[in-house]
Amino acid sequence: MSLYQTQKLLYNLNKSTELQAQFFADKQSVLKNYRLDEEEAEAIVKPDIGLLYIMGVNGQILMHYAAMCGYAWPEYIKAMRDALEIYGNVRAGLYVTTDGKGAV
Amino acid sequence: MAAPDDKNSLYEAFDEMRQALEATKPDALIVIAAEHFANFFMDNMPAYCIGMGEEYEGPIEDPEWLGIPRTKVPGNPDLSKRIIQKVLNDIDVAYAEEWKFDHGISVPLNFLTPNYDLDIIPVNINCQGPPLTPLHRAWAFGQALRKACDAVPERIAIVGTGGISHWPATPDSGKIDTSWDKAFLDKWTSNDKQSMLSYTDEETWKEGGQGGFEIRTFIAISGATEGCKARVDYYRPIPIFAVGCTIGIVELEL
Repeated sequence: MSLYQTQKLLYNLNKSTELQAQFFADKQSVLKNYRLDEEEAEAIVKPDIGLLYIMGVNGQILMHYAAMCGYAWPEYIKAMRDALEIYGNVRAGLYVTTDGKGAV
Repeated sequence: MAAPDDKNSLYEAFDEMRQALEATKPDALIVIAAEHFANFFMDNMPAYCIGMGEEYEGPIEDPEWLGIPRTKVPGNPDLSKRIIQKVLNDIDVAYAEEWKFDHGISVPLNFLTPNYDLDIIPVNINCQGPPLTPLHRAWAFGQALRKACDAVPERIAIVGTGGISHWPATPDSGKIDTSWDKAFLDKWTSNDKQSMLSYTDEETWKEGGQGGFEIRTFIAISGATEGCKARVDYYRPIPIFAVGCTIGIVELEL
């Protein structure tokens, strides 16, 4: 797990249109600069927005990456809700859960 | 989309706040906000930061999604520098000559300074990336800011912006605990320092969500206006906006 590196990559993408262009042209050329494990790299590349939420990526970072990947707001929320069913609790970070579901 | 009555009533309340702000004839407006990773990350996260730029830009969000066009906002580096220098007597604040506004600042400015013709000084309190500044330090920061504003000749208005209970950008986005909000606002309106500083982050996280950490912006305003009563002109939970939308004013007893 390298949540910090995962969030750093997404934060940098959110901040730079140049990096976004490079990333969507050749994702591996950007990913190689971050120490990510296989699950993290796959979730970013796919993208699996729900799994990134489960890993603990902060929503204020993830919401921008989801929009960048074409997710409308309701789809973003649904991806996270579905992921709680698929993967279980949020594993780390500010949103860590223990009941396998959100409060709603 | 918000229900028409929610949207219209909020916009009216914002407009009344705009008129109240304009009536005070400020030379500049300080906006104390909770940053949302528009500018800072965990590689170098300031507990407090004050903007010192010539101009700023925002919102970072998709303008269509937020409903606010992206724009430049004037800063005042000379005034910022003087305020920062004064605040540093009491609080080790960071400063930034570059700053992107997110919804936390762009939304209130859209309503309060719609022509973007007032100098803005953005202020950030880290409410997202723990470890977070303790509440008593947010109060002290507000006091330091007030002292600094009182020490310069310009007339400066201060706005605090943030949510009370909320779970933004999570599956629980739209959940709002109105009783938790109202209990906090009771303390805020009476400038009850002891009660406001008695919240623990653990309680806040459990009862008010991770967005509840943004009570620091309210507390900083209370510190800046210590001894003064506040009033809440508008409070309405609007789930699509993810918070109990709140507009309140502190009239200084000079």
